[in-house]
Amino acid sequence: MNKEVKPPLLKRLMDNPWILLVLGVVVPMLSYTLWGWIELCFVPAAQLP
Amino acid sequence: MASSATLPDPVSASLSARGASARRCDTTGLGVCLTAQQFIKLNAVAAVVFLLFGGIAAILLALTRWQAVHLLRVDWFYRILTFHGLNMLIFWILFFEVAILYFACTVPLNSRLFSRKVAWLSFGMMLAGAVMTNVVILQGKADVLMTSYLPLLAHPLFYLGIILVAVGTLVGVFNFFATLYIARRDGTYEGSVPLVTFGATAAAIIAVVTLLHGAIVMIPTFTFSMGWTAQPDPMWYRMIWWGLGHQSQQVNVCAMVSVWYLIGQLATGARPVNETVCRGAFVLYILFINLASAHHLLVDPGVGASWKIWNTSYAMYLAVLASMIHGFTVPASVEMAMRAKGHGRGLFGWVGALPWRNPAFSAVALSVAIFGFVGGITGVTLGTQQINIIAHNTLRITGHFHATVVGGTTLAFMGLAYYVIPLMFRRDFIWRRAARIQPWLFGGGILLVSFGMSFAGSLGVARRVYDIERAGIYGPAAHLFLGVMGVGAIIAVVGLLLFVALCVGTLLFGARTSGRPMADWGVAEAVQGAPGEALYSDHWAMKGTIVLTGVFLACFAIYYFANWKALADVWHVR
Repeated sequence: MNKEVKPPLLKRLMDNPWILLVLGVVVPMLSYTLWGWIELCFVPAAQLP
Repeated sequence: MASSATLPDPVSASLSARGASARRCDTTGLGVCLTAQQFIKLNAVAAVVFLLFGGIAAILLALTRWQAVHLLRVDWFYRILTFHGLNMLIFWILFFEVAILYFACTVPLNSRLFSRKVAWLSFGMMLAGAVMTNVVILQGKADVLMTSYLPLLAHPLFYLGIILVAVGTLVGVFNFFATLYIARRDGTYEGSVPLVTFGATAAAIIAVVTLLHGAIVMIPTFTFSMGWTAQPDPMWYRMIWWGLGHQSQQVNVCAMVSVWYLIGQLATGARPVNETVCRGAFVLYILFINLASAHHLLVDPGVGASWKIWNTSYAMYLAVLASMIHGFTVPASVEMAMRAKGHGRGLFGWVGALPWRNPAFSAVALSVAIFGFVGGITGVTLGTQQINIIAHNTLRITGHFHATVVGGTTLAFMGLAYYVIPLMFRRDFIWRRAARIQPWLFGGGILLVSFGMSFAGSLGVARRVYDIERAGIYGPAAHLFLGVMGVGAIIAVVGLLLFVALCVGTLLFGARTSGRPMADWGVAEAVQGAPGEALYSDHWAMKGTIVLTGVFLACFAIYYFANWKALADVWHVR
């Protein structure tokens, strides 16, 4: 009985544009956009002289 | 050659069996979906028109920043600077990228384009938006530069035009992904997609993130300009805007690298030395290259050092690693192909035998060298938070990105056009001798522009400034380097105008190729007694590229050291 050999995980990842799309959107959105946005939210208001 | 319904060959017949009008390419033998071909043509032609607009603006700007000439009035300087940035960095690049995406998801996969209506919607929105934005700028209602930082405010149609271009491009990207889906569903290919399609997929994914940022920042700015909502926070605006402004250039990088692989294969028969490594490098781009947008906020007080250092250094270096992998594998695969064809004398005997008379190849070779040695080294160095403080907002920054976006991407896209036009429009190029020198003119000119800007910037000359004489602090050296920039710009624009004349002249007067292959630009031929496939098991065969990599790393180390030294010279410790 032939067992079907599963391709390696990395190959399956590279052959799946939908997972790459999700990762490609989530990683920069978290690292750059969300983190930066949170930092800006905590900037104290400037005091007028 | 019209529909494949009348063609007996199996490639185009399989396309037409799935409801697509198709033809078989007389040069490559690949099936070409006629709908995809139509929109590749439309987007490519629009791209070249916007390149021409941007090029005319470029020479006007260079002759104004060249202080001895100082051509434009102050209001027109900022107007034309706005016009130049948008036409060169957004319109020319995005239209050409949509053309590349439509090619990459149809021809290599033997698939039809998902939807003609969606393609029309995308093209119509992009064209309407680009024309609207350009008209508003030239009317003097949007002298806000490409970045349009709040609280500077332009006419609402300026923002609406950019929104239309961004959303139109997103619609085109949707058409690309939908085509990937139907190609897999219909089984038009087996195994993994070809590398050029994989690279285009990476570009499309990055484009999604880019255009989302464009929508997030431009829609509230548009509603503010209409008086409907309050002004968005300027710090927030800058951060989100650079998610559009810088990331759109990362789409370029992916598309450019795909073009490197494609032209390397067409001109020399090169194939990647290790496809998994190359694909892995594209995955690194997908995950990390967008973080580079943080470079633009390195002197912004609103975001902290952790955010800056993580996004511009530690995480972003993984994308730099990807560029270095591509920068090695492209020349290494070309070297392997050349040695396999028998051009293997010494370390660099294969370089002399390369098809330098092929303008597509010479454009790509120059693109690799300028992007890596000038754009890449300066980019990584200037993106270091500490060093950035001595270079931020100087002409060094523009010197860097003219090497990446113009010397790298634009030159690679020009090289691709030397194949796209004969293969898609089925006309042979006119003035073939002029075409052979065009990449050298453009590439040489841009190198001078980049050097002139970088050295003037090193002397403190600011970017986006109309008149440096007013400050009265710059000596003759700064003026000399601005002159170098001006001379380089003249040479580069001559190269650009020659490219546009070649493209337009070919579309109008080029000899039709229907029924025969395109005229050969020249490819690397094998010599008698060539080792052929046997060479591919010899891993030391790429020794020339290994030496070139060592030279690259040495240049990088010297430049990096010089910049840390320049930073240390800012203060004295006795």
